[in-house]
Amino acid sequence: MAPPRHRRPGFSRRAQYSLFVTYVLAIAGAIVAGILLLISIADPTGFAALRAGAAEVTAPVARGFHAIRRSIAGIGENTSAYLDAASQNAALKRQVAANQTKLIQADALRVENRELKILLNLQQEEADNVVAIGNLVSSTASSSRRIAILSVGSSDGVAVGYPVRAARGLIGRVIETSPTTAKILLLSDAENVIPVIRVPDGLPALASGLGDGTIMIRPVDLGVNNFKRGQVVTTSGSGGLYPPNIPFATVVRKTNDGALARPIASPASSEHVMVLRPYQQAAKQVLDTALEALPKSESAE
Amino acid sequence: MNQLLATGRKLLGTGREYESRIDREQSPARMLLVPILSVMTGSMATSTLPLVAGTPLLPPFGLLILLAWRLMRPGMWPAWIGLPLGLFDDLYNGQPFGSSAFVWSLCMIAIELLDLRGVWRDHLRDWLIASVLIMVALLAGLGITELAYQAPEASIIVPQIFVSILFYPLAVRLCAHLDGWRLAT
Repeated sequence: MAPPRHRRPGFSRRAQYSLFVTYVLAIAGAIVAGILLLISIADPTGFAALRAGAAEVTAPVARGFHAIRRSIAGIGENTSAYLDAASQNAALKRQVAANQTKLIQADALRVENRELKILLNLQQEEADNVVAIGNLVSSTASSSRRIAILSVGSSDGVAVGYPVRAARGLIGRVIETSPTTAKILLLSDAENVIPVIRVPDGLPALASGLGDGTIMIRPVDLGVNNFKRGQVVTTSGSGGLYPPNIPFATVVRKTNDGALARPIASPASSEHVMVLRPYQQAAKQVLDTALEALPKSESAE
Repeated sequence: MNQLLATGRKLLGTGREYESRIDREQSPARMLLVPILSVMTGSMATSTLPLVAGTPLLPPFGLLILLAWRLMRPGMWPAWIGLPLGLFDDLYNGQPFGSSAFVWSLCMIAIELLDLRGVWRDHLRDWLIASVLIMVALLAGLGITELAYQAPEASIIVPQIFVSILFYPLAVRLCAHLDGWRLAT
């Protein structure tokens, strides 16, 4: 192809000027965009309303695609389940047998736990902390930030900062909402720092995403780093955002200053996710209702 | 009324099957809107596909289609087209707002500067230019994220850069087909 010849628009002054003006506009546009960028870096939530509107536009399409994917994925799963039925049956029987003893142990522990709580006069109300249930319909797969789009939004009570979990474990937290969608910052985003504990011994640690689907776990106490492959960490509840004891990640390998882990609940394969109330807020609600239940005369004095 | 309908039909390019095929003009709306709408659709595609990715994976389709049109049809768009299309992309890409507008504007200016050097160009050379711009744009996107938030290491977008570069010829193919349809009389 010969070099493009639109460069010189001829002897017409008007054409020359208008070409020049487009160049000036292009450079001015870059500068304007740079300023917008600086504003949004200084105030990351500043353009949230615009994006919320935009998310509403694509949400119906994304929901449709999600439904299609689900049914297609279902076909594969059902077929393979049918083909594997015999061997799966045997494996499941073995698993049931193994789980039986664990279940009995867990029951015993639950009873013991309840008695201990009664002993300590500790009243724990299971407040209904699930705000909404939805699906992760899509994500910003071309950006270096790990954000997924949830199919429920502020009209269902979802608000910024609410934690999100799947049945298997923690997924992330809400960072933007629009009436029928919400954006979830996934665990694997580098911005998401979560206080966790190792399950058997309660070793406190901080987890942050690496942006590639894995999580770096760094123990709070700098000392002996004795993480092992296969160990499980759960949320600790400190910080007041994520409720405690939500399964979080399994350790893949030990590193110099901590461990590399993989989230237990994969956002890609989680069918339904639950939006929870922030932990501290839920606790505060319990406290508030308790205070309201107090006789008026006492609180007035 | 009839005249209004006729103008509408002319703009949209529908219902012209029974007109003479000689000395027809292409529909101006289709001619102008198809490239722009294709880039916008590319921008929306990544946040519409049912894929919850744990790592940056999909190529920036909007940028690929923009570069394909720009390199295939120099002079079709003014140099400032990167700003409005980039702002639209920013609504969907999840980066700090203004990131695409900034990077795309710079890409368009860079191609203008490259056009000043009047060397012969072919598809491979266009692909090379697009590859460099895609790589720079993705790295710049990561750098911009790093300014605002905790960002991952640069090595995690290397696969995305390769995938995007390999997707470029596909984007050119798509744009060429759309171009044929757009300019059909």
